Amino acid sequence: MADRVTLTINNRRIDVPAGTVVSVAIARAGITRLRRSVTGEPRGTLCGMGICFECRVTINGRTQVRSCQTICQPGMEVRTDE
Amino acid sequence: MNRVGHNFEILVVGAGPAGIAAACAAAESGKHVGVVDTASTPGGQIWLCAQTTKHDRQASAWLRRFERCGGKLISRATVVAQLRPRELLVETNEGALELGWQKLVLATGARELFLPFPGWTLPNVLGAGGLQAQIKLGFPISGKRVVVAGSGPLLLDVADSLRQSGAEVCCIAEQASLWQVMNFASHLLSHPGKLWQSLQILTRLVGVPYHTSCWPLRAEGLERVEAVSLTDGRKSWTEPCDYIACGFGLVPNIELPLLFGCALNGDVVQVNDQQETSLPDVFCAGEPTGVGGVDCALVEGEIAGLTAAGRAVEATRLFGKRRRWHDFRRSLSTAFRLREELKTIAASDTVVCRCEDVSFGRLRQFSSWREAKLQTRCGMGPCQGRICGVATRTLFGWGVESVRPPILPSRIETLVAADMKPRAESVQ
Repeated sequence: MADRVTLTINNRRIDVPAGTVVSVAIARAGITRLRRSVTGEPRGTLCGMGICFECRVTINGRTQVRSCQTICQPGMEVRTDE
Repeated sequence: MNRVGHNFEILVVGAGPAGIAAACAAAESGKHVGVVDTASTPGGQIWLCAQTTKHDRQASAWLRRFERCGGKLISRATVVAQLRPRELLVETNEGALELGWQKLVLATGARELFLPFPGWTLPNVLGAGGLQAQIKLGFPISGKRVVVAGSGPLLLDVADSLRQSGAEVCCIAEQASLWQVMNFASHLLSHPGKLWQSLQILTRLVGVPYHTSCWPLRAEGLERVEAVSLTDGRKSWTEPCDYIACGFGLVPNIELPLLFGCALNGDVVQVNDQQETSLPDVFCAGEPTGVGGVDCALVEGEIAGLTAAGRAVEATRLFGKRRRWHDFRRSLSTAFRLREELKTIAASDTVVCRCEDVSFGRLRQFSSWREAKLQTRCGMGPCQGRICGVATRTLFGWGVESVRPPILPSRIETLVAADMKPRAESVQ
């Protein structure tokens, strides 16, 4: 297994240690707003353990995926704010 | 999508301390044991990453024992429903699983209690345990200013993790009074291990202000938190910060026991001395029976595992140990009981249900959880009331109501795979 993994977050390439969860990779990319709520408020990770669903992002085209529960894979495409 | 069946003599839900202890006790008795957990590695939230860091000797020892015990871990798997009696529907990335059991141990752990206050929905306001979990996974916190707020001994542990990761802990705001905290500390005298652990943490936290009788009033910021107002009931002041780590204690995860129909005792699952619930062959151990921490969970798990494996007499030898941890559990809940003022910090326009953006002002008009759900969609979003249901219970006293399958958002494929055909063939 490679030590590091490269993925794209909002079309920007980012390199993280293998095994990093997507929410952490997003924070490392300097992004704090993961999504907009139903009334348009900015939201980010809350519970960090897969319960609150606030960290939902789009991963490889699949929407509403919990970023705190998903491990970065090589070539993964992540979109926040959708 | 494939549907695969497995049958276990003893199936454990949850691979935290209680589940691991139950699985070890049962598997070491020669039983065919399965353990289902949502995470990719065993240990639950409290032992997150313990396998790789090896700092926690208790965790390392149990995880090693679990690895050798012969129990089969089914990781990254979520229980979504009960298909038929003694059969669970489980969702994994690879497809749906049907798991049959003869004895079931529910060790579903706990989550954090969040109470709404103005600004709590801003990015960078995280749960205290939530931020700690993210830090363990490599979250970039070094050099950031963090206010730790809420209640319970977890706050100290989180502040310790933050400091060790290079964050600047501005202060810890504990809502319990100094008297209550000191009273709790005096109980630690009868648990020397815990006392020693606490003293070590306190030594590392020298220089961090620890305010008792102190709670957050509002988080400020536009796109993310920039400051938090705190009060001690007499005066209030503002702390500039990059993050707020806020949790008001722990809430047992009782959704699955409720789905099965286990009787409750107040807000927790009712169990007898053998850790059996009101349902035949269904056991419950750890936080769902009352929040008591890791040692309490371990001994309850062992008792459940031994009894489920038909070694009830040996389990009775652990009753004394469990009694001591139940004393600890009682002192924990007394000391960190939430103060009434916390029910008044939400403003009319403060969002309570974060999935559906339902405000405190709207919810206040209703008299029950059910009525509020029907009229506002509160609790009907993806988290299914995991966050706002507990908040409204605390704020308005609304009761726990029935849980329906699927208990969490599930993929259509999973539900399709679970069509109600006769039993899936066993592949074990």
